[in-house]
Amino acid sequence: MLDRSGEASLLLIAPTGGGKTLAGFLPSLVELSGGDHDGLHTLYVSPLKALAADIKRNLGTPISEMGLPIRVEDRTGDTSYTQKRRQRADPPHILLTTPESLALLVSYEDAPRIFKGVQRIIVDEIHALAESKRGDQLMLALSRIQAMSPDLRRVGLSATVEDPAAIAHGLAKHPDPCPVVLADPGPEPDISMLVTEEKPPWSGGGAKYSVPAVLDLVKQHKTTLIFHNTRAQAEIYFHNLWLANDDALPIGIHHGSLSRDQRAKVEAAMVRGDLRAIVCTGSLDLGIDWGDVDLVVQIGAPKNVKRLIQRIGRANHRYNAPSKAVLVPANRFEVVECVAALEAAKDHDLDGDPKGAGPRDVLCQHILITACAAPFDATELFQEVKTVGAYSTLSRAAFDDCLDFCATGGYALQAYDQWKRLKEVGGKWQLRDPRSAARIRMNIGTIFDIETLKVKFRRSPKTLGEVEESFAATLTKGDTFLIGGQIVRYEGLNQLVVEVSREKGRTPKVATFSGTKFATSTQLNQRILSMFSRDTWPALPAHTAEWLQLQREMSKLPQAGRIQVETFPQDGRENMVVYGFAGVNAHRTLGLILTQRMEAAGLNPLGFVVTDYALLIWGLTPVTDVAPLFDPENIRDGLETWLQGNAVMKRTFRIAATVAGLIERNSRQGRKSGRQATFSSDILYDTLAKYDPDHLMLRITREEAMRGLVDFGRIEDMLQRTKGQVDHIVVNRITPLAAPLFLEPGRIPVFGEGRDKLLQDKAAALMREAGLSDL
Amino acid sequence: MSDFAFTLSDADFVARSDGTLWWPSKRLLCVSDLHLGKSERIARRGGTLLPPYETRETLWRLDAAITATDPSCVICLGDSFDDLTAAENVSDDARKTLTQLQAGRDWIWIEGNHDAGPVDIGGTHRGEVVVDGITFRHITDKATRGEISGHYHPKAGLSGLSQRACFLLDKTKLILPAFGAYTGGLSVRDPVLSGLFDPTGLAILTGKTALAVPISACLKR
Repeated sequence: MLDRSGEASLLLIAPTGGGKTLAGFLPSLVELSGGDHDGLHTLYVSPLKALAADIKRNLGTPISEMGLPIRVEDRTGDTSYTQKRRQRADPPHILLTTPESLALLVSYEDAPRIFKGVQRIIVDEIHALAESKRGDQLMLALSRIQAMSPDLRRVGLSATVEDPAAIAHGLAKHPDPCPVVLADPGPEPDISMLVTEEKPPWSGGGAKYSVPAVLDLVKQHKTTLIFHNTRAQAEIYFHNLWLANDDALPIGIHHGSLSRDQRAKVEAAMVRGDLRAIVCTGSLDLGIDWGDVDLVVQIGAPKNVKRLIQRIGRANHRYNAPSKAVLVPANRFEVVECVAALEAAKDHDLDGDPKGAGPRDVLCQHILITACAAPFDATELFQEVKTVGAYSTLSRAAFDDCLDFCATGGYALQAYDQWKRLKEVGGKWQLRDPRSAARIRMNIGTIFDIETLKVKFRRSPKTLGEVEESFAATLTKGDTFLIGGQIVRYEGLNQLVVEVSREKGRTPKVATFSGTKFATSTQLNQRILSMFSRDTWPALPAHTAEWLQLQREMSKLPQAGRIQVETFPQDGRENMVVYGFAGVNAHRTLGLILTQRMEAAGLNPLGFVVTDYALLIWGLTPVTDVAPLFDPENIRDGLETWLQGNAVMKRTFRIAATVAGLIERNSRQGRKSGRQATFSSDILYDTLAKYDPDHLMLRITREEAMRGLVDFGRIEDMLQRTKGQVDHIVVNRITPLAAPLFLEPGRIPVFGEGRDKLLQDKAAALMREAGLSDL
Repeated sequence: MSDFAFTLSDADFVARSDGTLWWPSKRLLCVSDLHLGKSERIARRGGTLLPPYETRETLWRLDAAITATDPSCVICLGDSFDDLTAAENVSDDARKTLTQLQAGRDWIWIEGNHDAGPVDIGGTHRGEVVVDGITFRHITDKATRGEISGHYHPKAGLSGLSQRACFLLDKTKLILPAFGAYTGGLSVRDPVLSGLFDPTGLAILTGKTALAVPISACLKR
């Protein structure tokens, strides 16, 4: 690292826990040890607040022991207002921060003074940032900082990834090169799947059955990290662990919905070595150094082999010892998926999707941020943006579109001449109303948080954590739910705070925390399908092998290269199961397209539910001819019309419009005055679709949806792979492989003729009951 | 379109599925909370630049309701404009549409909390108005019997189904849903609304069809 500290850009790839973070700081410590640098020297950016705090601790020790004249401070959303103000006036030598806090710093009028003379920037866990808009925002902010301090050198630190060149391209100042240093990957990890006496259940993600076995593993190891894919599952599992924890082993919980205090407490206990295990989520995915972790347990299928490898690296931070990990399938299908993931890990077959060009909603936010700091020249800013790898192919026309959107709203109807957000004065763009800077700053960031409410005990100032507003809306007094590992009773809503009381020994109604639903990767799905084609399954536990055998006897196992469809009646509804193996997002899209076509064909679909491997649609009329529903031509034709009206598009629109600054999210005032004042972003979407269908926000929405939530690419792949060959299997009852789908949560209703009919029946019955039917 | 007929203070009314109220014997059409010019007002105050199409959309819907009923009198129940400046700044197109809609019929603007004061657009401007013993005003007054008002933007739904803008009706009064395109709703479960109404009253949901359900059924989760 020291040898190459002069490189303008450098990417270091090392397995998790290779000590790469401290290596990244070495050149800074050397350069600062003379004590002759004034102001900011090194910026360190990580995706997690916790990581910044952790680094501060780890850097503090050597610096004070060696008596180096270096000031290190962190600056995140958790930093106090006074501290932040002081940091602006008198920046430390090393500032540890997050992409959002850095973007906010860049938006201040005094940014040139703060960043003047900064020498190095270290981007930690760059592989994680590169997967989201946060990475794009960071690189745009970097291009601004580079203009203020041209000597800035960039260092990226990444875990093992499938495409290092792509990460390097994103890091360097385009078109400068970015050398990649690959560290020794160390010994092969020791990964296995947990097999217990008790069989995994048919559906769900709780994996409660595994609690005794996992407690045994915890006892046999020094420190265990127990990873979950969602916060809700982590909460339930933690609760169940404690119910069974007869030896009172010290076990903690850590996830993003917990209060800052609680997270800090767990982090401190872990550093002291007081905890034997931590139940956690992605909030611990990244390289916080927890010391002596000797086992990683992954509850639920990992969905993605790359992420699995990165999580496994959390165990055993010594370079020469193998990491040890145990996979715990949460349900029967995940047994298959875990075994497939183990095989992929053994083959070093990492998965990932190529990233598209830099998103324009993030660019819009960047333009507004730039305007907050000072008036700017459009051509200069365009040139600067093009030095960001992800935006290197941006056209001037596309840039001007974004600028026009920021200035005037970019509508076909020129309505706001008088009330522009940005105006051009003497060749430079600036805010029309300087007061809008405060509003823009409040909306900086690209993480789309679902509105959450704080949870507190009555008459207590302490926050227990947060729940989604939509979840809070479903609570009535007396309902119980889990938060921070304890069961609480809902008492009421007071000034946007969910008030609760203690509750003992009741089964909780579970909080549905927000959590991105990752789709199983294409590569992993293909491995599962190829496993299905084997005659026997010696690698699978008997209960799972027998289940697959039973499916083979009653129906068929899905094959690669064909779409398998089963239809059968169940519970008074007509059901159709499509085994697409294209992941949840693509299946949701397919569900929306298929139900729309079924509606048109008079098949009265009522709703559907999706998993990573299949899609279940139920309705009032049996489907006898499935082939026309899957005709590739028709599916593509129907896509445009379908895209316009569906909820997934509206959600994608809400995210893009919020990032781009069309919708404000941090308007606490508006929320306090009641919902009457606010209206749903769906209305904006519908209005634009009707009057301005070519508007920038709708174009962005369409492009994003095709890649992300709609994932139409995978449907196209599926159709191409199968050439529309559908195996329709008609059975008279539910099949073994389909059964778990009936227990799956997250059902999506279809609002069509079928549901209207049911609603009218329900309303009529209610009116009869109330004696109002003649009114 | 299927509508819902009811009686209030011995007069027969129709709650239309588009959120307008029709009084057949008077040939009177009533709408509430149009909030014309809302996006302009937000932009003017340094807020975001929302799609400036809500006035066009709202008037387009109003045109459809007027064409369907051919009223001799239209009452706008207040908050017709998002503020008085928005009324001044209303586009020439919108002005023209309004003039066309007003041609050949009485048009009454009731004053709301957003647009308290006269507006320079045709029609009569009133604080409130009484027609055949029925009072039309912006915000309900608890003591009045036989009253039609707006202001609250009520919405309701049956458990498990999403909420829709609705009329709220009990033996003495009716509250209209907001008709404007950029208007949100206040849930009937909110204490502010549930306190105003007798739970034996009805919520008439708007949408494809006007669907009447007991308010009490909408309070359940």
